[in-house]
Formats: sequence, structure tokens, C-alpha cells
Amino acid sequence: MSDKLINATNLKKSFDQFIAVDNIDLSVSRGEVVGFLGPNGAGKSTTMKMLTGFLEPDNGKIFINNINLKSDPLKAKEYIGYLPEGAPSYSDMIVADFLSFIGKMRGLNDNSLTNRLEEMANQINLKEMWNRPIETLSKGFKRRVGIAQALIHDPDILILDEPTDGLDPNQKHEMRNLIKRISTNKAIVISTHILEEVEAVCSRAVIISNGKLLANDTPKNLENKFLNKNTLSIKVSNKINNVFSKEIKSLLKYDDVKIQKTDISTHTLLVSDSKKNPNLNIVLKQISKLKLDVIEANFQKVSLEEIFRTITSENNSK
Amino acid sequence: MDNYLNKTYIILDRELKGYFRTPLASIFLLVFLALSSGMTFFLGRFFERDQADLTAFFSWHPWLFLVLMPAIGMRLWAEERRSGTIELLITLPVTNTQLVVGKFLASWIFTLIALILTMPIWITVNYLGEPDNHVILISYFGSWLMAGAFLALTSCLSALTKNQVIAFIISSISGFVLIMAGFNLVLSAVRSWSPNWITETISSMSFLSHFSRIQMGVFDLSTLVFFVSMIILCLWINVQLVQVKKAD
Repeated sequence: MSDKLINATNLKKSFDQFIAVDNIDLSVSRGEVVGFLGPNGAGKSTTMKMLTGFLEPDNGKIFINNINLKSDPLKAKEYIGYLPEGAPSYSDMIVADFLSFIGKMRGLNDNSLTNRLEEMANQINLKEMWNRPIETLSKGFKRRVGIAQALIHDPDILILDEPTDGLDPNQKHEMRNLIKRISTNKAIVISTHILEEVEAVCSRAVIISNGKLLANDTPKNLENKFLNKNTLSIKVSNKINNVFSKEIKSLLKYDDVKIQKTDISTHTLLVSDSKKNPNLNIVLKQISKLKLDVIEANFQKVSLEEIFRTITSENNSK
Repeated sequence: MDNYLNKTYIILDRELKGYFRTPLASIFLLVFLALSSGMTFFLGRFFERDQADLTAFFSWHPWLFLVLMPAIGMRLWAEERRSGTIELLITLPVTNTQLVVGKFLASWIFTLIALILTMPIWITVNYLGEPDNHVILISYFGSWLMAGAFLALTSCLSALTKNQVIAFIISSISGFVLIMAGFNLVLSAVRSWSPNWITETISSMSFLSHFSRIQMGVFDLSTLVFFVSMIILCLWINVQLVQVKKAD
């Protein structure tokens, strides 16, 4: 028995000649929010469709709460809440009827269905739209209805395919807060190509491209792994004119010293060297002679976006 | 088992109510009643025949169903595939068979409602004379059974496409072939090259010849078996098509 709520190994799926997913392993435990990152057509949705039992993998095994999805699909599907890409729903139904239909299909009895519907109306802010036909709702509300149908049976596993796609910044923020709120006792997988989303809500980032898994780590570890050790960035709260700038450059014995104006009162010194990594202590000691007020000093950070671009473009060039 | 039937019923319930959520149901029922009575009185010459029976009413049903059943059934799967809701359905803890059967039954019950609404014509004929009500009852049942076969065929074919219009056209054409199967038009095309048993089999699949026997009050086992097995076969193919075509 494993404590992984999702445990998928060697997943493979092709459509005719095209390999959509190529030997992907993925496991998710309770409490984890895994961000599925990848360019369009990378295989994110196909992987999710396999995890939810919509598509059968050509190869590999999927265990949902230790239940083999292939041999007992009905049991395994009970544990999953799924928001397909584009949040499809029956547009001619009113919100209440649609959620009630999904709830009944999920096996909720009358009592628990009434409770859950009420919870959904409150938790997902659907009250004012409760008796409106879904086709008359805005994109944001349609997405919320999609989330509500995925959550109606309070599943252990939540698989959300681009839950914030097409939402405005406020709605995106709300959706992320919601995901954070419900993530404590669930295993959640969300796919996205918005990197800030991964940084905001995910405890782990999985990067895939061309059907292959390229990275699987916490956003923090990924950043550390790709931290640019060659460039030291020092922010100072001093005004630096051209003369002073030359003085600093001559004092610091490194190949490349750049001085950039960060804002009105601060400047950033970027120190790098082709032969050796600059030493933070030495540099700090040297600039202290010039009476510079250091606010911040670290090796230059790369954003998740840069990591994403590096990894996926490396894979493409291969 | 209870759970199995319960979920099939939930699907059925949603689908059936779905017909009434849009103007589709009222338009369909109006057209059905207008056409069936129009055909009975004008084409079937109900009064001129001067006979207390409903032959003039029932004899047009195969032709009426040829157009109206595809109109009811064309959306069953084509619309699910077009809107992407098929992904919601398949990832629910239900089997494809439950989904197919639930949807088919909804459309079949809707047809039953349409047929029940024609009952004033039955009352009229009883008021005007003394018809053989036994034959009329059998004809109603036979008509509903035939409608079921048309619907199962449409449901099955609607899983082939995301376009309701295409589903409508291919269902109507297939229905036409099945109606005409007993006629020389179809048989002569087959007879020249195929062994006798194939011609015989095709001839026995004619909706029209089965239904004309029913109209005479003859409801034998072979007719029941024919329509029921036609429904089961189409729904079985429907389940397979949903499985194969769901992700296209």
C-alpha cells in the first residue's frame, strides 16, 4: 500500500504516428498541489485525460488511491474530481440543476447533496447565479461552475485542466486562493502555462515538453538548481554617477561589472567573471571601502519562466 | 444492481427534461401532431375510406419517423462530443452502457409522449364507429417499437460525428434503406451478385413489411424479436462507437 493518491508509471499514449505522452511517471500525495507545466501541445491534457480515465494509456499503470484504474475504473473514478479543459457543461441547464445532476451521478444521497450544494454556493460564490442558465453566465462564472462540479462530492483527488485560463486577473487571484484553501487534505494536479500560477499555488512543478517529463521538483528547488551562480547582484541605496562608477569598476577585480539604476535612489551592481565565480564576502568587503550602503546581495535569481524556457527549448533542440 | 439502474435513471431524467428545457419539445410535438393528423386526413383519406379503423393513421408512421426520429436523436451524442461534455460523462463513475441506454430511453419515452398525444384520434374513431381496439393497441405498441429501432439507429450514428446535421442526414438515409429493404428497388441491386440468403436476410429486415403486419393486428414473435434485437444491436454498436470516438 502506498500513501500516494495518484501513482502513475510509464504512461505512454500515441495518436497514430504522434507520440503525445512518452513514458511519464507521476505520483501525488495528499496535501500536494502539483503544477503541470508545458508549452501548448506538450501532453499535459492527454496525461490528465489518462489520469481521470477518459483515455486509456497505450502503456503504463495508473493507481488512484491504490485502486488500479484499468481493472476497477468505476471505483477509482469515485475519488476524482475533474475539470476538463474549457470547463464544458450543459449550457441549457441552470447552475443548481447541473450541479445536482453531477452530485447524483457521483452517488450523493438527498441529504448530503443538499448540504454539498449549499457549501458549493457559498464556497465558490455561486449564490447569485444559482438559478441562471449556464449559457447566460460570464466566462469566470462558467469556470466556477466547472470547479463546483469537480468538487461536489468532496473528492480526495482534484484534476484541473487550465482552471484559470481566460479569467481576468481578479478572477485568477480568486481561483488561486480557492485552490490554496482546499488543498490541505487533497491531492491536486493543475495544468497551466502561466508560471506565476505555479509559484503562487503549487508545492511541486512538473515540466513536460513533447510528451516527456523534463523536471519534477518544488518551484524553490528548481530555482536553486538553475540559480545563476556566475552573476552576483548587489543592490545599494546610493546614487552612482559616472566617475563613481569607474572607481567601483577599477576596485572590483572582475571581468564584468555592470551598474544599473534600479530606481530613483538605488543602483544594482552586477558582478561576473568568466574564469571564477565572484566571491560574495570579498566583493562586500571591497565595496564597503567605498562606503556603499548595501540593501541586498545575492546571486542573480532566474525566474521559473526562464527555467521553463531553458528546459523546454533544450528539449526541442535535441 | 440498484445503483446501476439508479444512475441510468439519472441520465434518463436529465435527457428527458433536456427536451423540455428548450423549445425543441414543443416544436417537435406540434410538428408530429400536425403531420400525423394531416397525413391521416388528407393523404390517408380517413373520412373517404369510411372505415372505423386507424390504418390511414398508422400507415404513414414509418415515413413520418424517417424524418422525425433522426430529429429527436441527432443530438444525443453529436452534441456531447461537440460541446466537450462527453469528457464529463465518461469520467463519472458510470459505464458507457449506462450512458447509452439512459440517453436512448429518454428519447424513446419522449416519443411515447408524442404517441400518447395522438390518442384523440383513437377516441374520434371510437365515437364515429366500432373499431377493433385490439388492433389499434397493437398498432400503437408496434409503432412505438419501430420508433425505438429508428432512435437506436440514430443514437448510434450520432456518435460518429460532432455535427448534428450530419447525424440527421446519415440517420435518415440509413432509415430509408431499412424501410425500403423489402422493396425491389433495394433487393434488385443486391440480388444480381449475392447469394439467395443475403437477399432473404435483407428482405426480412424491412421495417415496412414488419410494420404492415402489425397494422393488420398480427404481432408475432419474429416481429418483436426483430425490432428488439435491432435496438439492442444498434445500442451495442453505439457503446463501442462512444468508446472509440470519444477523444476524436
